[in-house]
Amino acid sequence: MNRLRAIGKWFDDRLALGRLYDQSLGHRIPFSSSSWWYVFGSATLLCLIIQLVTGVCLALVYVPSPDQAYASLEYLDYEQPLGWYLRGLHFWGSNFMVALVTIHLVQIFLFGAYKYPRELTWMVGSALFLATIGMAFTGQTMRFDQDAYWGVEIIVSILGRLPLVGEAATHLLQGGPIVGAETLSRFFTLHVFVIPATLIGLLVIHIRLVLVLGISEYPEPGKVVDPDTYADEYEQVVERTGIRLMPEGGGKDLVFSALVLMAIVLCAALIGPKIPNGPADPSLIHTVPRPDFYFLSLFAAFALMPPDLESFVIVYVMPLAVVLLFAVPFISRGGERHPSRRPGAVILVILVLTGLFTLAWEGVVSPWSPEMDAWSGVPVQPRFVEDRSPLEHMGATVLQAKQCRNCHALDGAGGKRGPDLAGVATRLTEDQLIRQVLQGGGNMPAYGNHLSPHEVSALVAFLTTLHAEGQAPARDSASWARSARESPGSR
Amino acid sequence: MEPHEHPPLPPAVPPVTRRDFLFKLGLGLNVIAAGFVGIPIVGYIASALFKPKAQQAWIALGEIAQFPPGETRLASYRNPFTTPWDGATADIPCWVRRKPDGDFQVFAINCAHLGCPVRWFPQSGLFMCPCHGGVYYEDGSRASGPPPRGLFEYAFRVRRDRLEVRGGQTPNLSEPV
Repeated sequence: MNRLRAIGKWFDDRLALGRLYDQSLGHRIPFSSSSWWYVFGSATLLCLIIQLVTGVCLALVYVPSPDQAYASLEYLDYEQPLGWYLRGLHFWGSNFMVALVTIHLVQIFLFGAYKYPRELTWMVGSALFLATIGMAFTGQTMRFDQDAYWGVEIIVSILGRLPLVGEAATHLLQGGPIVGAETLSRFFTLHVFVIPATLIGLLVIHIRLVLVLGISEYPEPGKVVDPDTYADEYEQVVERTGIRLMPEGGGKDLVFSALVLMAIVLCAALIGPKIPNGPADPSLIHTVPRPDFYFLSLFAAFALMPPDLESFVIVYVMPLAVVLLFAVPFISRGGERHPSRRPGAVILVILVLTGLFTLAWEGVVSPWSPEMDAWSGVPVQPRFVEDRSPLEHMGATVLQAKQCRNCHALDGAGGKRGPDLAGVATRLTEDQLIRQVLQGGGNMPAYGNHLSPHEVSALVAFLTTLHAEGQAPARDSASWARSARESPGSR
Repeated sequence: MEPHEHPPLPPAVPPVTRRDFLFKLGLGLNVIAAGFVGIPIVGYIASALFKPKAQQAWIALGEIAQFPPGETRLASYRNPFTTPWDGATADIPCWVRRKPDGDFQVFAINCAHLGCPVRWFPQSGLFMCPCHGGVYYEDGSRASGPPPRGLFEYAFRVRRDRLEVRGGQTPNLSEPV
């Protein structure tokens, strides 16, 4: 035993590990900081480690070239022993990392932990958050499938809206004027070299700041951050109640990290990786590109915001949002930290998260997208054609053949872009229906050039039958008044 | 003896003009050397900006007999910037509309909104986009949805009964072909 201790001392004399421990894992934190609310940062770090290890392993097999990427993914999924499992770990690790870094950011914001003297910690953390999102986007591009290819086209189109630098930005990202081999190589380089190196560098600064400034103490209502006195107060708190991060303070971090790791392992083993949905071949245009979940809200925002606003949002609002994120500690520098004394912060978080999740859900449903196969794949339900005249039957055929169903549902079946036509006869009169079909309007194309007069008559004849039983079809108030005047006895 | 303790420095350091000179010389040499390394690196990365437009040559889409009047058909051309490892991504699709009078229109596949591939529906004479629901008429003009303009059109010409386009670039709002 003494010999073992002597060997340990020999190494410690040279590596000074004891001192390193005192300054890092053994540094003293306020007792109140050892909380279940403070576990998200370390769990994000754990995800990063998983991503680094599995990423290096995947790079042993993956080929970042458009003609081989898909084949190498198939090889990983079906032939390379445990390749599917490592892809699963990397995929789920990325999902958990995005989720945890977001939760970490929200928790720090709600607890006011970004306030003096931790402004720089917040800013570096925000950069880490953006780097993580960058990893997620470039990572989904590595799965060089249809979604990835068109995802790149979407990003290029967004960059193309920038004034002055639009062309240069798109060419730099694409590695030329068109999406091709160099584009994938550039995304690969960003994903495995540039962003990870940046991320690790930022992380070193982030952790250095946490060690130098200490972990913020658990917020208490009424306790105010005053830049003049804060440092002394914090020192006193640590002196009075301080415990070492490891082993006393970090038990909760360890337990939570282990749970996260187990969840990633379970998801990877039971659900597996995201299977690429076909090789990136732009000539296979029968595709419905959708991003991974973290970009669904952005995807939905671009469908739902007024079109005239889009370029403004890309050029001004999105950069401004990033600037505001970094500026948080300067907008709210001192004062109360506890969320119960900062209702504005709580409301902001609720609004932003509700907005993001609502948009993401809209992105899943995509009601604005025409359902491309509805016209050929979703039949007209029998009750809409029972007991109808031959003309009305022909109208139902026109409705189907002219792709109306791609945007218009009949009682929920079909596209959601336009209004459901099941009760259209109660909303529009015959004349209004004819006008709407021929001239379009209200976001509907005009069909005047592509419907013959008899097709229009048939279609409108069918549409006027689309009202619930016992519900009167819409009438022109003028013609109603006229008929009432002509036969006063009926009314 | 503790290994991390250094022997004390000699108390009086003489004025070091030569050291000073060497330090500044070293710094300067490194800046020059860094330029020799750094400037080519920037040029290497930014070379993507200067791919010669000359390569954006006329590319054959096919015999004009393949495109009957009154129909709109999918065609594709080989990206002129292709590399041997491009695979299928070098085949760039586009929509060729031949008007009833025999004249052509060649539309980029990319929606003018955010670049997704639009699909042609001959029955209703509409192009529809699967991403955010942009819709265009048969002549490429915007019909509805978020696109800020009509479909991007390639320049084309007919040489010896072959339809040729000027391709080789992803169209977007800052570079509408």
